Amino acid sequence: MILATVLPGVMVALALALALSAWRLFRGPALPDRILALDTLYINALALLVVLGLWFETKNYFEVAMLIALLGFVGTVALCKFVARGDIAE
Amino acid sequence: MNELPNWAQVVLAALLVVGAGFALVGSWGLAKLSDILKRLHGPSKASTLGVGCILIASAGAFALLGQGSAHELLIALFIFITAPVSAHLVMKAALRLDPSLRPPPPQPGARRSTRCG
Repeated sequence: MILATVLPGVMVALALALALSAWRLFRGPALPDRILALDTLYINALALLVVLGLWFETKNYFEVAMLIALLGFVGTVALCKFVARGDIAE
Repeated sequence: MNELPNWAQVVLAALLVVGAGFALVGSWGLAKLSDILKRLHGPSKASTLGVGCILIASAGAFALLGQGSAHELLIALFIFITAPVSAHLVMKAALRLDPSLRPPPPQPGARRSTRCG
């Protein structure tokens, strides 16, 4: 009962966090700001997926969350290396 | 979720609220602060802690329901390892694009200043 009342508020807070980082992604003056906003965006999306898994009481979302964590980190590293060195794998 | 005992629901709800609050504060800092050097603080610390709290709450809930697994702890461990690495790489990219962000080196013989940076 307590969890069922708290979970919608948690989802609203996470959606707000997603919206704030998306605002920084579109606004961000320089390229590193946008990379940082993408990093925050995928971490918040992962948290929202985990809360959705609690809401529906299913474990199907955890594989998705793990894939997002792995590919998001690889994407951040590739973007940063491309910006910093002009090449991803030297 | 309703078949969980009351104390477990209270603990899990507290973890979830704290985690969502930390994630919100991290994104708010990312949107509000004025400089890439300041903006990096929000996501690299607050958001990571918030996601960690939410993942621990989820792991606890599924363990109490009798379907526990190591998935959530694996994701939390992975995020805790990779968040400092990606923050460091973002900072390296920012310094490469705009070298004027780097603070000047200390002068030899100068008195140590109490001002930060």
